[in-house]
Amino acid sequence: MADFLLELLSEEIPARMQVKAKEDLARLFNEALAKAGLAAQSVETFATPRRLALIAKGLPLATEAVSEETKGPKVGAPPQAMEGFLRKTGLTQDQLVERDGIYFAVVEKPGRNTADVLGDAIPAIIRAFPWPKSQRWGAASISTESLRWVRPLQGIIALLGNDIVPCAIDGIESGRHSMGHRFHSRGPIEIANADAYVEALRAAHVIVHFSERCTLIRDGAKAAAEAAGLVLVDDEGLVAENAGLTEWPVPMLGRFDPAFLEVPQEVIQLTARVNQKYFVCQTPHPLAGGAGDGSSSEAALPSPNPSRKREGDLANAFVCTANIVANDGGAAIVAGNEKVLAARLSDAKFFWEQDLKVPLDEQAKKLAQITFHEKLGTVADKVERVAKLARWLVEEGVVKGANADEAERAARLCKADLVTGMVGEFPELQGIMGGYYARAQGESNAVADAVRDHYKPVGQGDDVPTAPVTVAVSLADKLDTLLSFFDIKEFPTGSKDPFALRRASIAIIRLIINNNLKLHTDAPIEFWLGQSDPKAQLSDHDMERRGLLTIVQDFLADRLAVQQREAGIRHDFVSASSDWLGRGDGRLDRIVIRAEALRGFVTTDEGANLLAGYKRAANILKQSGDDKNNRHPELVSGSYSADGENTKMLKQVQHDGLSDVEIVLKSALDTAEPKAAAAVDTEDFEGAMAVLASLRAPIDAFFDAVMINDPDPSIRAFRLGLLARFRDAVHRVADFSKIEG
Amino acid sequence: MSEVAPLSFQDLILTLHDYWGKQGCIILQPYDMRVGAGTFHPATTLRALGPDSWNAAYVQPSRRPTDGRYGENPNRLQHYYQYQVIMKPSPANLQELYLGSLDAIGIDPLKHDIRFVEDDWESPTLGAWGLGWEVWCDGMEVTQFTYFQQMGGFDCKPVAGELTYGLERLAMYIQGVDSVYDLKFNDHGVTYGDVFHKNEVEFSTYNFEVADTAALFDGFAKAEAECQRCIAASIPLAAYDQAIEASHLFNLLQARGVISVQERASYMGRVRDLAKGSCQAWMEKNGWTE
Repeated sequence: MADFLLELLSEEIPARMQVKAKEDLARLFNEALAKAGLAAQSVETFATPRRLALIAKGLPLATEAVSEETKGPKVGAPPQAMEGFLRKTGLTQDQLVERDGIYFAVVEKPGRNTADVLGDAIPAIIRAFPWPKSQRWGAASISTESLRWVRPLQGIIALLGNDIVPCAIDGIESGRHSMGHRFHSRGPIEIANADAYVEALRAAHVIVHFSERCTLIRDGAKAAAEAAGLVLVDDEGLVAENAGLTEWPVPMLGRFDPAFLEVPQEVIQLTARVNQKYFVCQTPHPLAGGAGDGSSSEAALPSPNPSRKREGDLANAFVCTANIVANDGGAAIVAGNEKVLAARLSDAKFFWEQDLKVPLDEQAKKLAQITFHEKLGTVADKVERVAKLARWLVEEGVVKGANADEAERAARLCKADLVTGMVGEFPELQGIMGGYYARAQGESNAVADAVRDHYKPVGQGDDVPTAPVTVAVSLADKLDTLLSFFDIKEFPTGSKDPFALRRASIAIIRLIINNNLKLHTDAPIEFWLGQSDPKAQLSDHDMERRGLLTIVQDFLADRLAVQQREAGIRHDFVSASSDWLGRGDGRLDRIVIRAEALRGFVTTDEGANLLAGYKRAANILKQSGDDKNNRHPELVSGSYSADGENTKMLKQVQHDGLSDVEIVLKSALDTAEPKAAAAVDTEDFEGAMAVLASLRAPIDAFFDAVMINDPDPSIRAFRLGLLARFRDAVHRVADFSKIEG
Repeated sequence: MSEVAPLSFQDLILTLHDYWGKQGCIILQPYDMRVGAGTFHPATTLRALGPDSWNAAYVQPSRRPTDGRYGENPNRLQHYYQYQVIMKPSPANLQELYLGSLDAIGIDPLKHDIRFVEDDWESPTLGAWGLGWEVWCDGMEVTQFTYFQQMGGFDCKPVAGELTYGLERLAMYIQGVDSVYDLKFNDHGVTYGDVFHKNEVEFSTYNFEVADTAALFDGFAKAEAECQRCIAASIPLAAYDQAIEASHLFNLLQARGVISVQERASYMGRVRDLAKGSCQAWMEKNGWTE
């Protein structure tokens, strides 16, 4: 057994690629070992800006000799079969082994030295390495076939035990010399073996463990803030990014002019984080650490700014992470970073002040210059449509508790910040800046909040708005996007969704469900198309556009199924709940409450047994020629349950003697059918399923006691009729035939 | 290194010339046309193509009409200087050579935090891209460091390494001043503001307010036609001059705010076609196309 060290030294690897590169290196290495029949006891990987490394512990020194046996033709098989087999194996017939009338080829594969295996594997791993972007360099790049790496590769350490594993790639030969820190270490560092690697580099001011550097940065930044009486704003993304930018991280606190705190804190934080990789700090919250119930007294205080009620105020300080222990204690580094941030913040302050001089209504006029899509007009055109739709959503009572004027006002202002200087500089702040500018010009909180939050929810993890005006604007904006693109036949296909229509759909779904909006998709689409009037004459073109009603509903239903599956609701519960009155249900909220009721019901004993009874009934009916998949149960059940017919049959059967179980089931159905139907009408699906549960015992007893296929056709027809009534009663609550298992 | 008086603006340039001259670079003079960046100099654009070795360094005045601030912003200029180094093929120790240049101009890497931060470079107008970094000194970008992979749509064979120093920024850092106009131009009392402040005011006025847009559109069309004629005549160096001219006129039109969003892409495409056409002609004339 021996330990193996591989280090690939290079020029600075982008920070964002290092973690993935570690994983890729481990994967490629393990695959290469496995292919040779080797395995290490453990594999650990390392990444710094200048190196990617791996230590594999407990490698056997050689692969085992194996004897591979391949089965060939039978004795006496046609000569062609034998010829083919000999060609494939490269043997002659007398080299084959005969056993039980069958020829076998036996190939002895000798063991290989692990060092040889590794010597072949290393160049292959380097060539196959999946960097997101790679480059050529140097004299060798006269050919486009030259080696590619993320940045120029400078050296390879490959040590098995204490020995170099000889290999070479594009003129770079393996050895045992690494480089330490760019400025704190001079000349090559000799590495004795895998065991010595981490400490040899630490002595040369390189911390090779990515996670150790993360810890140093996380703790150091926190300590630097605390030493200044401040609280660090945690940011794990920044911790990892700085760990990818340093080999010897040294967090340091710097300050900026408090006058910059006039600028919205999101701007300061974004500038510091994105452009400079700095952490920001807050002044300690006055209530934090205080005795007693800080939370309730906090809630009692009116918040001066609702957008930042949960956070302390930003302090005029930041933490940067240097890569050296500076010979002046860091004074020059802090001063330099302070200067850079000050220049950036003064740019931001300039934009903020300039933007505040122009009312959003004026800015909104400029949206007429910005094309939304060549076939869909300008952003101003879109704003006009969104304003009308937002107003409609409130006036129709879809979104309750909002003021229609406010919804329209917010919609008219919501895109105006796109033409402000600040959003031009920081596109990520769209919406947020609009919210600030709206509040600053005296708009109501409801309007300003709606402007700020109308892009939400952006992703699966993002908050879904609940403030009524915001819900109206956000929903109108996304519906308009979806309808506009579908109207010009721009549909997402496969992996292509250039207008993010799937994301818009998920946002629509989440807005509807989280806010419990009883919105049938037909209504806003008809309004959007200008086809709300049922008496209006529609042209052929109008009729064609009306196809949107179905297209959009189907698309949303599809996305709903995906979204619910991700939320942990089985897809079969959703599909069992997707139809309403013979058509796909356009009420997404109803599909969800029904699916959730189903999930709850089917996991109870009653539900599981009822489902089993339903499946059994449906099977028997199917075998008897009654197709359960018919979506109009009242039609198929007519032959059995039409009153006159049924009564006549009943009399006949009664004459012959009706069994107890049949009487019980029939009366249970008589009671349950109207009750379940009433519950479904009021969309009380849990109630409807509770009613169905009352059928479980009667149906079980019925199956236990009677034989459906009675030789007497009238008895048989009667019993099938009971089963059909049972099936249809269940079916009206949900399509149980779609439920799996 | 010990603390000495910081370099003046002109001494910064002279020191870099001296340093890169010693590394085997020929010290060229600025190209005599208006360009947006040092990369546009034919000593970089055209010389980055083809198999021949090429090492050069030069200062290039760079014009960015939209960045003009009438001399009122301490950091933004419509005319500034870039120091450009190109080495082909890229030497194995290019990073060390670069760090040596920082040492030469008085930046101590054990006092100042020098970092190579990912920054991939792409010039749609030149049909060029490369991988590299922006080099940070205490959080400030002082140099763009790029390994060219393609130029004018052609693979670079071999790859050239390009260094672009922002001279004013670097000088402000070394001299510790907050406004570019306060930079010491020399050691005899002349400031950067003395030399260039009037230019910034006048050219901002010209770029944003005065430039005759009809003449600019006309000039663009003429440069485009002239470039095509030169390509047809197989004189790529002359063709490339016209591509540079068209590119600058486009930048001026942008500053005048007369190019709409839709037109912008189309104009950029036309400039790219000229630059690529010139590069193609250069490759053909030298017999480097396969």
